[in-house]
Parts: sequence; C-alpha cells; structure tokens
Amino acid sequence: MKKRAAETVVETRGLCMHFGGVRAVDQVDFALEDRELRCLIGPNGAGKSTFFKCLTGQLTPTAGEITIRGTPVAGAQSHEIASLGVGIKTQVPNVFDGLTAEENIWLSARRWHGGARARTLTAETIERLRLGEIRRSLVGRLAHGQRQWVELGMVVAAEPWLVLLDEPAAGMTHEETARTAELILEINRTAALIVVEHDMQFIRMISRRVTLFHEGRILMEDTMDAISSDRRAREVYLGHRA
Amino acid sequence: MNSGSTLRAMRPTFIFAAIGIVFMLFAPQVLALFTIINLTTAIALAILALSLALVWGYGGILCFGQVAFFGLGAYAYTIGAINFGGSTWAILLAVAVAAAFAAVVGYFMFYGRVSDVYLGVITLTVTLILYSLIRRTSGPEYKIGNALLGGFNGVGSPPLNLPWNARAFLFPEQVFYVAMAALILAYVFAGWLVTTHFGRVCVAIRENETRAELLGYDARAYKLGIFTISAGIAGLAGVFFCNGVGRVTPDVFGLYNAALTIIWVIVGGRGTLIGPIIATFGLFYLTASLGGQQTLNNNLVLGIILIVFVLLVPRGLAPTIADWFTQGRRGRVGAERAARRARRRAGAAEGGK
Ligand SMILES: Nc1ncnc2c1ncn2[C@@H]1O[C@H](COP(=O)(O)OP(=O)(O)OP(=O)(O)O)[C@@H](O)[C@H]1O
Ligand SMILES: [Mg+2]
Repeated sequence: MKKRAAETVVETRGLCMHFGGVRAVDQVDFALEDRELRCLIGPNGAGKSTFFKCLTGQLTPTAGEITIRGTPVAGAQSHEIASLGVGIKTQVPNVFDGLTAEENIWLSARRWHGGARARTLTAETIERLRLGEIRRSLVGRLAHGQRQWVELGMVVAAEPWLVLLDEPAAGMTHEETARTAELILEINRTAALIVVEHDMQFIRMISRRVTLFHEGRILMEDTMDAISSDRRAREVYLGHRA
Repeated sequence: MNSGSTLRAMRPTFIFAAIGIVFMLFAPQVLALFTIINLTTAIALAILALSLALVWGYGGILCFGQVAFFGLGAYAYTIGAINFGGSTWAILLAVAVAAAFAAVVGYFMFYGRVSDVYLGVITLTVTLILYSLIRRTSGPEYKIGNALLGGFNGVGSPPLNLPWNARAFLFPEQVFYVAMAALILAYVFAGWLVTTHFGRVCVAIRENETRAELLGYDARAYKLGIFTISAGIAGLAGVFFCNGVGRVTPDVFGLYNAALTIIWVIVGGRGTLIGPIIATFGLFYLTASLGGQQTLNNNLVLGIILIVFVLLVPRGLAPTIADWFTQGRRGRVGAERAARRARRRAGAAEGGK
C-alpha cells in the first residue's frame, strides 16, 4: 500500500457506463489525492470523456460508486457536483456563444461571489489568461483555440479545488500549448487536476502520474516513462503515436 | 453588474419608455375616442407580446401557449371583479392565478426535464384543453360566486375602477392611460430583469444549458422562474384585453391568438423586448385596416408576412435595425479615424519639407 498522507478527493468503485452493448466505462476503480495532477491517456473511444461525464453528472452511471470529498455523487445533478467546487472544461468547448468573453467569465465568478468581488475576479482572470483583446467579442465568433481559453477562464474564475480538463490543448498553437501547461501547473497550486490529453510532449511537461485507459478499463497507472517503456501500453496506444 | 453599468445597459429601455410616456400623454388629445378604445386592446396584446419576448427571447423557452396565461388572467380578473365588486384585487388575482398556473405546469415540465419540442406541444395542448373546457360552461350550474361563465358567449368584464373605490369606474380614455402605464412599467421591469444576475443566467441557459449547469446553476429553477414571471405579465395583459373588449370569451385561448403571439415575436425579433411590442402595434393596425375590405384575406396576409420574415429577416425587425445602426456608426467612426490619420500624415509630410 501507498503511504496515506494526502486525502483522497475523488474515488470511483466499480464504475460502469454502458450504452447498450458498448462498455464505454467498465469496472473502473480510480482514486485521486488532494492537489494531485493526474493525466488520463488512451486511444480514441477508450472512455476518457465518458468517465469525465460520469464524474460531473452529465451521465448517470450504469453501476458503481463515485465519491467526491466523501460525498456520494453518482447520479447527482451537474449543478450539484459543480457546487461542491468542481470545475470542468469539456472536450467540445461548452461556452455561451451569444455572450462576450467577459460575460462568460463573469457568469462563472458571479456564481460564487457578490457583485463587487465577481467583477474584480473577472478582471483578474481576463488579465491572467490574457483575454483582454477579445473580452468584448462574442465568443461564437472566436477561433477554436480562443474559445478553449474562454472556457479555461470560466473554470479558473470559479476558483475550484478540483479541476477536470478534457483535451485542453486541442487546436492550440505551440506557444498556446506551453502557456496552457504553465496555467495547469499554476492551478495545481490550489487544486487537484485530472487532464485528458493526446499530446505526449504536453503530458511530459505537466504530469507525474498517468492513467492509461483502454476499452473502458484502466490498463496501467504509472509515470509517463514507465508507461512508454511498457510493451502492452505501446501496443494499445503509444505504438502508433511514436 | 453594479448600478452604474445596469443604468448604462438600460439606457435604450429608458429611451423607449420615455417615447411611450409622450405617446401616452398626447394620444388622447389628438385621437378619436374609438381609436383610443381600440388602442387599449392593442396595448393589452403588446403586453402579451412582451411576456413571450421575455420567456422566449431571453429564456429560450418557446411557449406556444402563452395565451393560456393571458386567458386565465382575463377570466380571473372578470370573475374576481364581479365577485369582489371592484377591480383592485381582481387585477392582483389575475396576475397571481396566471403565475401560479404557470408555476405548476412549469414545475412538471422543467423538473421533468421535458425536451424543448415537447415543451411547445405541452403548452399548446394545455391551451387547447382550457379552450374546450371553458367553452362547455354554458349552463346556469357553471357559476363561480356571482359570475356565470357563459360558455362560448363568455362573461361581461366590469371596467377598471379607482383603487379601493369600486364606484369610481374609469372612462375608456382613463383605461387607456392605465393600460399604457402598465405596458411601460412592465417593459421597464422586464428590461431591468434581463440585466440582473437572474436575467443574465437565464440568457446563459438559453445559450448553453450544459455549461450553465457545469458552472453550478440549477437550470430548472431559473427556467421555472422566468416562465412564471412571464406568465404573470401575460395575466396582466389579459386584464387589459377584457377591459378593452368589454368581455372575455373562450376565444382568448384560441389557436389563432396563440399563433399571433408567436408571429409578433418573430417579426419583432427575439432577444429584444421593444421589437415584439412594436410589431404587435404594427400588425394590429394592419389587420384592422385590412378588416374593412374584402379583396385580401386577413390570415393570408399574416401568413405571407410570417413567411417573408422567416426567410428574409430571420432575426426579426429590432435586431436587424440595431445591427445597421451599430455598423453604420462603427463605419463612420472608422472613416473618421482614417481621415484623421491621413490628415496627420499629410501634415507631417508638409512639416518635413
Ligand atoms: N451517448 C453515447 N451513446 C452511445 N455510445 C457512446 C456515447 N458516448 C460515448 N459513446 C461511446 O463510448 C465510447 C467511449 O467514448 P469516449 O468519448 O468516452 O471516448 P474518449 O476516450 O473520450 O475518446 P477521444 O479520445 O476520441 O475523445 C466510444 O466507443 C463511444 O462511441
Ligand atoms: Mg474524449
């Protein structure tokens, strides 16, 4: 057994999400410690996004338990789970297209704070994510990478203690990707994170511990170096990714 | 938002409200009494349009049965005024009955997470059920207190009276003032509501319900809230409608009115409050002036207008005009800036000589 210094903040036991015959998530036992930064990798269709959707209440698991800081949340509503202090960036950006970038972020900050504090928090977040130039633009008119940043801004402005990011660097330039990695490390100072990514370089930049998903199950859980030298892991995932 | 930015966001609302006040004060001086009485009905319909503009344009909830709350308001007012022997409490009753009914129907729809399409179907069905129920009340046994419901003939509506003075009935001209004031107040109230935190969250849910939920907002509660508030406004519209017409009949729940309400908002533009109000007045006078002749069928003209708007001006009048306006201004500012830059460059070149 590992030493139990830190508190376990996310735990799933026997988690299953089946769509008819498709076992998108199957018997997953997962644990995340406080302030941990975990990466989730795996081939397309491995069930990573589905796993996130179960954690955030967008899907009700077919079977199994989920506890977040001791609260059982399997089948709870999304807004209830978010209210525990969980922030998520989804794979397909979920933003308010018809509103400005600033208002998107304000809506997140205002959920937890009064008017004055929400305004300063919004301004700080815009500064921190360098969204000043696009703050008055409608988010629907922005490029994919910028929409990702607006969504990250919404996550950050809520000051969550648990952050789930589904492919945060997708569609970003090299420079943006590096900044995303920086931001993730910064968030990690106050929050635990689970990050799904396909970009191995990016993962090496941020991660300590990596969980490899395959066909709805956890195949391995180790450091990136250990995983990349594993034969089985190379077969299912890394082999065709260099 | 703080009070400063709220005021700034509400500036157009105040401008239109001021225009409305001027109209309210001067219309009775210049228009014939007959026109003023007709106008009261148009104002009532404009309040109804405002209520749908709020719940559909801002809440993103396409309610096909906004006339259900409108009709309930009209009946509740009439029955209340007959029984109380005065209109003051009857107005409050009308708003309360419409809002309470919406709260119950809305609770099952939103907390049952009924999809948007079924929501439209359910609200329309509820309206048609009310229509056929109230049509069947044409016997002496259908009596609420002193009020005979009268089946398809309906009930005569007592006119408004001064607050808590049941004997001081208002003249049609005075009812016009009250109706117009109610429209302006309801408009400013709705305009304020959409700048509040509550209102912005409703708009956010319209834009992306999943994201709103992931931020921690309970979409069901916000939808129920804006649905109920808008139904209360529709109930108020019913009060002035039966005052303008002089009686309330089951036709208030009719399919024709239900469709008209949607047309006003489509023509006026979703996402604005003033657009549907102006569209209601415009279409009201169009149909009134068509009513006198035989060559063109009224419904045909409405249908053509609807099709033209859906195909050519899909966003409706107000948003389209607002766009021209801002683009025109931006274009002008841009041109001025370019001209200034050119002038400066010319000046520098000359100085260098
Ligand atoms: N709502 C659904 N209905 C049916 N099948 C689904 C549904 N959602 C996901 N699946 C299936 O579940 C499996 C896992 O999908 P998921 O999106 O979780 O994969 P992923 O690991 O996130 O993949 P990617 O790397 O491409 O994002 C896939 O086979 C997918 O087709
Ligand atoms: Mg995915």
